Parts: sequence; structure tokens; C-alpha cells
Amino acid sequence: MSAASPPAISPPESIDFAPGFTFRHYAVCMRGIVWREALRFVHQRERFVSALVRPLVWLLIFAAGFRSVLGVSIIPPYQTYVLYEVYITPGLMAMIQLFNGMQSSLSMIYDREMGNMRTLLVSPLPRWFLLTSKLLAGTLVSVMQVYAYLAVAWFWDVQPDSNWGYVAILPALLLSGFMLGALGMFISSAIKQLENFAGVMNFVIFPMFFASSALYPLWKVREGSPWLADYCNINPFTHAVELIRFAFYLQVNWVSLAVVLGCAIVFLTGAIYAYDPAKGMLARKGG
Amino acid sequence: MNETIALDVAGVSHSYGSRKALDDVSFQVEQGQFCVLLGPNGAGKSTLLSLVTRLFAMRHGSISIFGHDVSRQSGEALRRMGVVFQARTLDLDLTVAQNLIYHAALHGIGRAQTRTLAASVLARVGMADRASDKARDLSGGQMRRVEIARALLHAPRLLLLDEPTVGLDMQARTDILAYVRRLVQDDQIGVLWTTHLLDEINNDDRVIVMHKGKVLDQGLARDTIIRHGARDIKDAFAKMTGSEPLGLGAAIENVL
Repeated sequence: MSAASPPAISPPESIDFAPGFTFRHYAVCMRGIVWREALRFVHQRERFVSALVRPLVWLLIFAAGFRSVLGVSIIPPYQTYVLYEVYITPGLMAMIQLFNGMQSSLSMIYDREMGNMRTLLVSPLPRWFLLTSKLLAGTLVSVMQVYAYLAVAWFWDVQPDSNWGYVAILPALLLSGFMLGALGMFISSAIKQLENFAGVMNFVIFPMFFASSALYPLWKVREGSPWLADYCNINPFTHAVELIRFAFYLQVNWVSLAVVLGCAIVFLTGAIYAYDPAKGMLARKGG
Repeated sequence: MNETIALDVAGVSHSYGSRKALDDVSFQVEQGQFCVLLGPNGAGKSTLLSLVTRLFAMRHGSISIFGHDVSRQSGEALRRMGVVFQARTLDLDLTVAQNLIYHAALHGIGRAQTRTLAASVLARVGMADRASDKARDLSGGQMRRVEIARALLHAPRLLLLDEPTVGLDMQARTDILAYVRRLVQDDQIGVLWTTHLLDEINNDDRVIVMHKGKVLDQGLARDTIIRHGARDIKDAFAKMTGSEPLGLGAAIENVL
């Protein structure tokens, strides 16, 4: 650009500044946020590959190794003995979403450090809507990852009793992905620097994943340690796993549904509160 | 409501814990005015911009944009304002056009309209031929130009630029400054340009001098110089603060 050259085209004048925002403004905004998240995901192939490889390593190696060690008796929703790979598949679906939620949280902290977060937050639309849209975008990405994993698992003979199971898990996955994403978002608001994220791995992901029904049924845990089983029972991740597990077999686990829904609302409210300039932690910390 | 006042900052104070970052700051930017917010690092410029953009909540005082209070009518206020942040905020994995589409969506502007608007603003910053390039492949100066184009996409009447020339080479700095000045002249946009670089100020610019969270002086640069019996704006700043401006002096040496 040369300082002497005149502007090529006159300024845009066609923006409507009628007061307030219409449904269309909201719809366009949400679609834009989802579209950007999807583009980023497509561009980051390593992220997609690692999201797929992680559960497959568990399925193909860990589950095969433990198949003979861990016998799974008939517990709902199963109506017969199942192989260990079949048992842990819903847990691995939830694991994909857990990692994805934490990955989104990581990218929010990164965005904040790099300044990208500001682009989102200076949108004139309400902040709760922006955060909820971002959460929805992350959830949709995690659902795509789960289906990619299920496609591979299908070749490994890990399949639901009915193909409708693939459809029935969709609402369960949306809800659990939303809850885990909201948790990640809430955590991201509390972490100021990227370096502190390693702590999240140790204090959130591992305790949530291992102290749950993802890898072993709770009655088995109770045999070893009753208090641990109690802890697993109150772990929201257990309920995300069970919600998906039951849905995969065309059943509804009402308790898990209530817990996941309740936690999703609590985490989202916490995240919106934390990102609210008037109340949250951003202003206090100056960043 | 005075429609010619683009930005009205009235009695704004802000603290981080016990440290006072802003102390009763008041000034106005009128439509069609190029206004420089001058101060060394730590003067409170970034805090002020965070308050104007609603990143932080206002505790004391008020800020309004074309009569819309940032705290109470934040949507109406924010949609009338474009911002170029000091940090690079383009998404490097996306193309220039995709970055603009995303920004437009955040303002509720759909794809079809965005295409027309994007072509227009990119042409204005001389970047029309780079629309399908990845942001990652642009130079620092080109990224800034795209960021300015992006900030103008929703046709705001107030443009905030937070130290927009930091990290750019001399040519890019001159170009960007000239472009924004022309924007003020041609389109009558109100501009608030924060800087610690004295050589970006013209005698006809309105200058707000900030130091340690306080506004020390405001008015046309030439008047400020006369008022303080100074040789130039650097001298005036030194007289106002009672010392050689450390941040400013160091910054100038870095640039020259």
C-alpha cells in the first residue's frame, strides 16, 4: 500500500444499525463460530489423528490385554456376557469427549494469551451466547470424533445390538460433550497461563477418567475399595459414560441423564459467570 | 445524546487490587477526528481499551460510544466500534477471507453480504489479491492491514487501534498511519490511536497525554506544545511529567 494512493473503493454503507439484534443475527453468529471450529479441526490433522488413535490404542491393546483378566458379568444394559472391548467402548467414547473438552479449554487459554479471544469477546452479541456457541461448536467436533472412532471399532466387531444404537447415542453424546466442554471452559477461565495446563491433566483428566465406570464396572471397584466406588458414583464422568452406554443399547439411564444435565448447567453457568466482565475473574487478574 | 461524540470517557477509574491503573480519566473523541492517546508503557492505555471494549467491567465512571453506554447497552456500543488490538489476532490457520467471514458472523452479518463488504475493505487496504492466502503467509505489516480491514468490515464509525505500529518496519508504519489518517479524512470516522511513539503525532492531531493512569493534558498537539512552553511534543511531555520520559525515550531509540 502506498501512502499516496487514494482509497480504491468507497466505504461500505450497507450495514443496518437498527436497534437490537434479530434471530438472524444470532443464527449467523452461531453458524460462524461452529464453522470456524470445524475449519480449525480440519486444518489440524494431527489433532484429528491423535483424537482417533488414543481410544484405538486403548481398544486394540489395553482391552485385548485385559480381556482375560477382567471378566464382566451381566449388568445393565447388557443382557449377556460381553467382551471387555465391548464394555470399555462407551467409556472410550466419553474419553474422546473429555480430551476434546480439555483441548478446547487449552485452545481458549491459548487464544486468550495470543489475543484471539478478544476477537470473540468484542462481538456485540451477548457473551453468554458467544460462549454457548463456542461450546456447541466444540461438542459437535467431539461427536464427529466419536463417530470416526466407532467406524474403526466396527471392524473390530465392537457393535451395538441394533444399528439404531448409533442414532440413539447422538443426543447422549451431545449432552455429555456439552457437559465436558463446559467443564473445560470453566477450568480455562481459572487458569491464567498455558503452562498451568499440565496441572489440569493431573488433577482433572486422570482422576475423572480412572475413577469412573469407563474401564471397569463399579461393582468390581467396590470389591476392592468401597470408598473409591462411592467416589466413582459421584463423578460426573461416570454418568456421562453410563448415559452413552445405555443409549448405545437403546435404553435411558435416568439417573445419569439427570446428573449429566445438571452438571452441564452448573458448569456452563460457572463458565459464563467467570467470563462475565462484571463478575468473573478476568478483570481481577487483569488478563 | 450528541451524535458527533464518537467516544465519551467520563471519570473512569480502575484498580488491580491496590494498584490504581486509571485515575479519573475523562476525554472525548469526536467523529472525523484523529485522536492520539499518548503514554509510555504502563500509563494505563491498555486498561482503558479493555474497558472500552467491555473486556473488563467498569467500576467507576462511564464510557459511551455514540451515546450508547458500554456497560448498559454493550451490544449497541460494540457494533458501532472497530478494534485493532495490539496483539496479532488473526487466525493463522485460516485464509484472509475466512478470517473476515468469521468476524462478520460475530457481528451477525451473513455470507453474501460479507463477500461484498470484504472485497471493499480489502481493496481499501491494498490486500484484495491476498484474500485466499493463509494469514500465516502474510508479513507483519500485511497482517495489520488485514486487521484494519477486518475492524472496518461492519462499517463502524469509531475505530480503536492499540499501538498498531509496534513491531512493524518503518515503511509499514508510515503506510498504516497514512491509511488511517486518510480514513478519518475521507469517511469521517473517529479514531483513537494509542501509542508511545512521538513521531506518529502531527501538530494538528488531538493528543491526550496519559501518565501513571492520569490524563495530564489534552488538546491539539500544537496547543499542548505552546501551553507548556516546549520545543516539541517530546519536550512538552518531559515538562509535564517532570522527567525525561523513560518509556518514550527508549521507544524512540528502538525505532530510529
